[in-house]
Amino acid sequence: MFRTALKTAAVAAGVTAALSLVPTTAVQAADWQPNKPVEMVIMAGQGGGADRLARLFQSIIEKNDLSNMPFLPVNKGGGSGAEALRYMKDNAGDAHKVMATLNSYYTTPIRTDIGVDIANYTPLARMAVDTFVLWVNADSGITTLEEFVEAVKAAGGEWKMGGTGTGQEDSLVTAMLEQEFGITFTYVPFSGGGTVAKNLIGNHIDSTVNNPSEQMAFFKAGKSTPIAAFTEDRLQVFPDVPTMRELGHDLVYTMQRSFVGAPDMPDAAQAYYVDLFTKLAATEEWQTYAAEQALLTDLLTGQALQDYFLAEREKHAKLLEALEGGGS
Amino acid sequence: MDVLTLLAEGFVVSLSPLNLAVVIVGVTVGLFIGAMPGLGSVNGVAILLPMTFLVPPASAIIFLAAIYYGAMYGGAISSILLGIPGASTAVATTFDGRPLAQKGKAGLALIAAAAGSFVGGTISVILFTLFAVPLADVALAFGPAEEFALVLLAFTTFVALGGDDVLKTIITIVLGLVLSTVGLDLISGQPRLIFGDLPGFYSGISFLVLAIGIYGVGEILWTIEQTRHKPHVTPARIGVRDLLAGLRSLGGSVKAMLSGSFLGYFVGMLPAAGATPASLMAYGVAKTTSKHPEEFGKGAVEGVVAPETANNAASTGSLLPMLTLGIPGSPTTALLLGGMVMWGLMPGPMLFLEEPEFVWGLISSLYTANFFAVAINLALIPLFVWSLRMPLHVLCAMVIVLCIVGGYAPDQRMHDVWLIAVFGIAGYLLRKLDYPLAPLVLALVLGPLMEKSMRQALISAQGDPMTFIERPISGTFVAIAVVLFLLPLVRRLRRRLAGSGTPASGRTSA
Repeated sequence: MFRTALKTAAVAAGVTAALSLVPTTAVQAADWQPNKPVEMVIMAGQGGGADRLARLFQSIIEKNDLSNMPFLPVNKGGGSGAEALRYMKDNAGDAHKVMATLNSYYTTPIRTDIGVDIANYTPLARMAVDTFVLWVNADSGITTLEEFVEAVKAAGGEWKMGGTGTGQEDSLVTAMLEQEFGITFTYVPFSGGGTVAKNLIGNHIDSTVNNPSEQMAFFKAGKSTPIAAFTEDRLQVFPDVPTMRELGHDLVYTMQRSFVGAPDMPDAAQAYYVDLFTKLAATEEWQTYAAEQALLTDLLTGQALQDYFLAEREKHAKLLEALEGGGS
Repeated sequence: MDVLTLLAEGFVVSLSPLNLAVVIVGVTVGLFIGAMPGLGSVNGVAILLPMTFLVPPASAIIFLAAIYYGAMYGGAISSILLGIPGASTAVATTFDGRPLAQKGKAGLALIAAAAGSFVGGTISVILFTLFAVPLADVALAFGPAEEFALVLLAFTTFVALGGDDVLKTIITIVLGLVLSTVGLDLISGQPRLIFGDLPGFYSGISFLVLAIGIYGVGEILWTIEQTRHKPHVTPARIGVRDLLAGLRSLGGSVKAMLSGSFLGYFVGMLPAAGATPASLMAYGVAKTTSKHPEEFGKGAVEGVVAPETANNAASTGSLLPMLTLGIPGSPTTALLLGGMVMWGLMPGPMLFLEEPEFVWGLISSLYTANFFAVAINLALIPLFVWSLRMPLHVLCAMVIVLCIVGGYAPDQRMHDVWLIAVFGIAGYLLRKLDYPLAPLVLALVLGPLMEKSMRQALISAQGDPMTFIERPISGTFVAIAVVLFLLPLVRRLRRRLAGSGTPASGRTSA
C-alpha cells in the first residue's frame, strides 16, 4: 500500500515536473526554427579574424547541436564589407541570414554611399571585443616603440604599413599612429587580415596592426615581434608587451565581433538567434579559444547592443572626420 | 626527423580501418558533389560537417580532405559529358572534353581526366611530402609584385596560342577584363559598372555564371544548330577492354601531365591563386608546347589531361599555405581550416612540429584518397558514358535545366540566372563569329587578382613600375612572359621568310 502510494507520488511528481518542463521547451521550439540552412555572411575575406571566428562558430554550433540546421559561412568582403551590408539590406525580412560584423559595420556606410543605415538592421549578439597590436617582422630587429618610430621616420614616408581595406579598422589605427607620432606610412590594403599577416612574414610590408589571433601562429614560431598593444591593460597572452598607454600615448582601439540579422528580421527569429548565440557564448570551446586568442568575451544583446552600435557609429564618424580632415 | 619515417608513421594513422573507411566514403561523396553543377564542394563539405563529429579529429579532417579530393575528380564529369563545368576548377576541362564527347569519345575523355587527376594528385602529394616545409618559404616570397607577374605569365600563355587569331584573342581578353571590374573595388570600396544601381552587380560577376552561360547554354544552342539536319552520333559504349585501351593511348599526354602537375602544385601553393587559375594556365601551357596546337579546342586529349592534372595538383598545393601559414587558398580549404581550429589544431609554422601525427596522417591519407578516387572513378565511367545515350532533345533540355540550377544554387539569386541567359546568347554569337572563348573566361578569373596585385605592388613601390622588373622572382616571370608573347610572332615571321605558306597539317574545316 505504502509502496504504491509512494510510487504514485513519485509518478505524480515526475509528471508534474515533466509538465512544468514541457510547456517552456515546447513554446521555445515551436516559436521559430530555421527550416533551411542559415547563411552566415562574413563582412571580410578568408583567413582574417572575422572569418576564422565565423568558421569556429559554425563548428561549435554543429558540435553542440545548437541548431537544427547547419550554418554556412559565405565571404562577402568586397569594398570593405559594403558587399555584405548591401546583401543583407537587399534581403530585408529574411530570417535565414545572419552577418558576422566588425567595425567596418560603422565605417563603410559612413565612407561609401551604399544606401545602408545600420540602425535598421536587427541586432543579435556581440560575442567578443578583439584587440589590436603593432607588429613588425622579427628580422627587422625592432623591439621597442621608440626604435619603431625612428625607423619609420628614417624611411621618409616609404615605410609600408599593411592592413585591410582603406577606411577599415587597420587604416584607422594606422592614421592614429601617424597623428600621434607625426610620421607617415605608405598604406597597402589587402583583402583580409590573414593575407596581411602573411605579407609581413614574407617581408613584403614592414609592419601591421593585426589582431592577436592573426599573428599568433607566426609569433609562436618566432617570426614576428609585437611592439605595443592598443588596449587598456596588458593582454594576458602577451604579458611582456606594453600598452600604448603605458608608453605615454593615449591610443586605445578595439574591434567588436558581433552578429546582426537583416533589417526587419521577424521577432521570433531574432529571439531564436539571440538564444543560440547566448548558449554558444557559454560553451567551453568558445571560452578556451577566446582566452588563447586574446579576445575579450563580453556578451551584449538586444537594445543594449543596438545602443552600443549607434554610439560606436557616432564615435567612428568623428574619428573618420578628424583623420580625413587631418590629411594623409 | 627523416621525412620518410614521419610519412611511415602517418600511414599507420591513415591505414587504420576507420580512416580507410572514412577516405572511401569521402571520396565517393566528393565525386558526386563535384559532378553535380551547383553543388560545389563548399556546400558539400559544409553540409557534411556534422558527420565529422562522430569520429576523432584526425579522421574528421581526413574525411573533409577526401571529399575535397573526390570533388576535384568529379568536376570533370559534367564538364565532359554535358559541357557544364561542375565546379569552377573544371571549366578548362570543358574546352576539349566537350568536343571529345561530341565526337563519341566521351569514354576516352573521362579516362584521360581520371588518369590526369591521378598523376597530378600523386606527383603533387610526393612534392608535398618531400618539400612541404621548405616550400612554405616560397609561398611567403610571393608578394603583390610576384602575384602580378605570375598572372601576366598566365595571360601570355593564352595570347601566345598559335593558330588562333591573335587580334580576336586580345579582344576577348579585354572583354573579360572589363567584366572582371564589375562590382566593388577592393582598394577604394566604390562600386563600379553596376549599371545604374543594380544590387546584383555589387558582388561582381561570378566566374561560374559566365562559364555556365558560355559553355553550357551557348554550347547547347550551337549543338542544336549544328545537328538540325544531321543525324546525331550516338556515343560509343564502353567496356573494360576500352578502358585499358584508353589508358594505353595516353602515352602522348605524358608531357601535359608532367607540366600540369608541377605547374598546378606551384600555382595552387600560392595563397592568392588556387586550382582554377592553375588549371587554366596548364591548359595554355599544354597548348603552347604541344606539337599540334590547332587540335586544341576541337577535342585534344592533352587539353583534358592538362587542366585535370593541374587542378588536382593545385588542390594538394593549396593545403600547404593553409597548414603552414593559416591562409586558406580556396573556400573549401577555408572550411577545413575552420574544422581544424575547432579541434584546437592551430595552423601555422608550428603545426608540423607540434602535431606531427595529425599532419602526416593527413598527408598520407592524400595518397590513399588519390588511389581510391581513381579506382572508383574508373569503375563508374561506363555508367557515366551510358547516360549520354539518351536522345539529343532530352539531353539538351536537361542540360539547360542543370545550367539554371547550377547558376542559381550557389548564391540563390535570379540575377545570376538572367546573366546566364545573356552570356549563353553572347557565347553562341561569339562562337559563330569564331572568337576564342577560353581567354574570356581566363580574363574574368585572373582579372581581379591581376588588378589587385598590380595596385598593391605599385602602392608599395611608391608608384614605380620598375618594381615588377627589379624583384628577382617577378622579373624572371615578366621576362618569360615577354618571350612567350613574342615567340609566335617570331615563328610566323620565320615561316613567312621561309617562303611558301605550307599548312602545318591537314586542317579540318569546321
